[in-house]
Amino acid sequence: MIFLCIVTFVCLSSGESGLGKSTLINSLFLTDLYSKDYPGPSQRIKKTVQVEQSKVLIKEGGVQLTLTIVDTPGFGDAVDNSNCWQPVINYIDSKCEDFLNAESRVNRRSMPDNRVHCCLYFIAPSGHGLKPLDIEFMKRLHDKVNVIPLIAKADTLTPEECQLFKKQIMKEIQEHKIKIYEFPDTEDDEDNKLIRKIKEKMPLAVVGSNVVIEVNGKKVRGRQYPWGVAEEGIFVENGEHCDFTVLRNMLIRTHMQDLKDVTNNFHYENYRSKKLAAVTCNGVDTTKTKGQLTKSPLAQMEEERREHVMKMKKMEAEMEQVFEMKVKEKKQKLKDSEAELERRHEQMKRNLEAQYKELEEKKRVFDDEKLHWEAQQRILEQQKLDASKTMEKNKKKGKIF
Amino acid sequence: MSESAKPHHPSPQVKGEKTHASDFSYVGIDAILEQMRRKAMKQGFELNIMVVGQSGLGKSTLMNTLFKSKVSRKSVQPNPEERIPKTIEIKSISHDIEEKGVRMKLTVIDTPGFGDHINNENCWQPIMKFINDQYEAYLQEEININRKKRIPDSRVHCCIYFIPPTGHCLRPLDVEFMRRLSKVVNIVPVIAKADTLTLEERDFFKQTIREELRANGIDVYPQKEFDEDADDRMINDKIREMIPFAVVGSDQEYQVNGKRILGRKTKWGTIEVENIGHCEFAYLRDLLIRTHMQNIKDITGSIHYETYRVRRLNESNAHFKSQPSDQPAVQPKANGQPEVKPSAPQANGVAAKHEVMSHEM
Repeated sequence: MIFLCIVTFVCLSSGESGLGKSTLINSLFLTDLYSKDYPGPSQRIKKTVQVEQSKVLIKEGGVQLTLTIVDTPGFGDAVDNSNCWQPVINYIDSKCEDFLNAESRVNRRSMPDNRVHCCLYFIAPSGHGLKPLDIEFMKRLHDKVNVIPLIAKADTLTPEECQLFKKQIMKEIQEHKIKIYEFPDTEDDEDNKLIRKIKEKMPLAVVGSNVVIEVNGKKVRGRQYPWGVAEEGIFVENGEHCDFTVLRNMLIRTHMQDLKDVTNNFHYENYRSKKLAAVTCNGVDTTKTKGQLTKSPLAQMEEERREHVMKMKKMEAEMEQVFEMKVKEKKQKLKDSEAELERRHEQMKRNLEAQYKELEEKKRVFDDEKLHWEAQQRILEQQKLDASKTMEKNKKKGKIF
Repeated sequence: MSESAKPHHPSPQVKGEKTHASDFSYVGIDAILEQMRRKAMKQGFELNIMVVGQSGLGKSTLMNTLFKSKVSRKSVQPNPEERIPKTIEIKSISHDIEEKGVRMKLTVIDTPGFGDHINNENCWQPIMKFINDQYEAYLQEEININRKKRIPDSRVHCCIYFIPPTGHCLRPLDVEFMRRLSKVVNIVPVIAKADTLTLEERDFFKQTIREELRANGIDVYPQKEFDEDADDRMINDKIREMIPFAVVGSDQEYQVNGKRILGRKTKWGTIEVENIGHCEFAYLRDLLIRTHMQNIKDITGSIHYETYRVRRLNESNAHFKSQPSDQPAVQPKANGQPEVKPSAPQANGVAAKHEVMSHEM
């Protein structure tokens, strides 16, 4: 099968533990991203906020969607939650930076878009208003990513409480000037009606479930209570509720492209201009430097080439340095071994000389002895001669007999 | 003594079965129950309950539901705006309730701002200070030379801690708070807004909470070590199996099956507050009011307060020993007027008291 279109979508889900984020993600995309074996909050040992991503591949009619869900376990759980949003911000920024680097390359054939396209923020159903943590988090993230607030576990609230709660939340959002994502109108009229109803009911109150229950003969996904069955879905008006398919369609079918566009044109450009202004600005007029950011591709290429050459030069210098160092080392080693050899040579010579002297000494002694012995022999011989001479004399003189 | 115990009024005679058979062996000691009852009716009871938990967990609603009248802070506040205070405040509201001739002075102590901020470090300190201050006030009254006939009891008898219904486990904040406060006051943990959880989720959550409490050595009411006999233990064990109670509060009435009941009406059904099949509010109410109220007050008085008193007197003794020339710090005032000095039992607090009082002598 040939896929005509490969699309990526990254969705970040954030909020305190126990608000049903994992259940909702499972329901929304009808996948078992967080299966029963997924360690829930009760088994999380780490006390710091983590950022974890899971990818799922959805194929439908020629389009392959690589859906990445980013979760933030540990958010808002500790006693002191100051800066618990920092890991999330770091993650979003790092993805933007990757994209920025990929975009600035000369060779741009593969440019995977892993920027976070939307952030679903789960609000606990207290019925009163936003918590300070909610306000802080949304304030810091609203100009980095599209924030879509949701009221979690909405089956806790009666319809009147839900209305009041939504009004209160919207009031507080406006008070703190938080810019949440506004779903724009689509061309399709039918879709529009439903979507417009939903738009007016922001933030959406959702109920999630992984369990299928039978109600009046039909199977629904819902939660079984002793007093009734709460069906999964979104609350729109007094008692009226819609399926999750509406939210899913909004996120994927109709508004995914818009979410990606807003991320690209607004949030990413924000990030990019901030980042590049910080890098190139050195006291000069910032508007000018901003204008120079859009170079012609040739100049860009030239710069890249220069950069490349510089890099190579640097590498060369480094390698030379390393080489020199190695050579010095080797030389030193050789010198050392030479000195060692010399020393040994000297020592051997001295040994030999000592032996030689010894031998000479021995020879001298031996010679002395020899002379001595020879002398003795001569004396003996002389004596013998003398003795024989006298004997001959005696013989000649007469026979003594 | 036997004169006063002789039955002059009809009630003990009605109660005593042996009136005819053994008239002369009937002393009439059981008449003391009637005397106690009359005294109690005249005096009335006092009960101080503190509610602690994050905002939005239904604490005020639950208080209203428990006493079937508007006793919470929100009902009394003239300006009902939902604002999270910057620091934890302690708001104490008293009401006089009467039922069938029995009067009760109920004080509900609310703690708005607990656990609501981003940094909740040490949010339990104001609460501990308040509880200790109440013990201190009672102690001061007690050691007066001329004591009042009946010391006003403002000690916190019971602290209801609201656990948010996440369904997974206790949060670090919950564990920290309960660990520290279970040593100074009776804590009754409850799962707030329990209509969020299905029955399986509720059982799993309760089990997890019980294990965590055990693992952290947190002793909630009813404490195992204060069970007096086998009967007590049996009853309390049954309660301990059910802790924490999963409660739902409501002050709105609905008509269900011809009866008027308190409940919450949602799209899928009506949650009846007093229905044991729906939530455990009835058990909590029975525990707090109908069966264990006296026990709660006794434990507060005889154990928690005594612990505090021993600690305080030891501290002042040590202070006295270190400075033998000065008078002891906890000297009662000669004029008999109660001087309430709510200071925490630290070294500097003891010293300050000592300075103030020594010049009286």
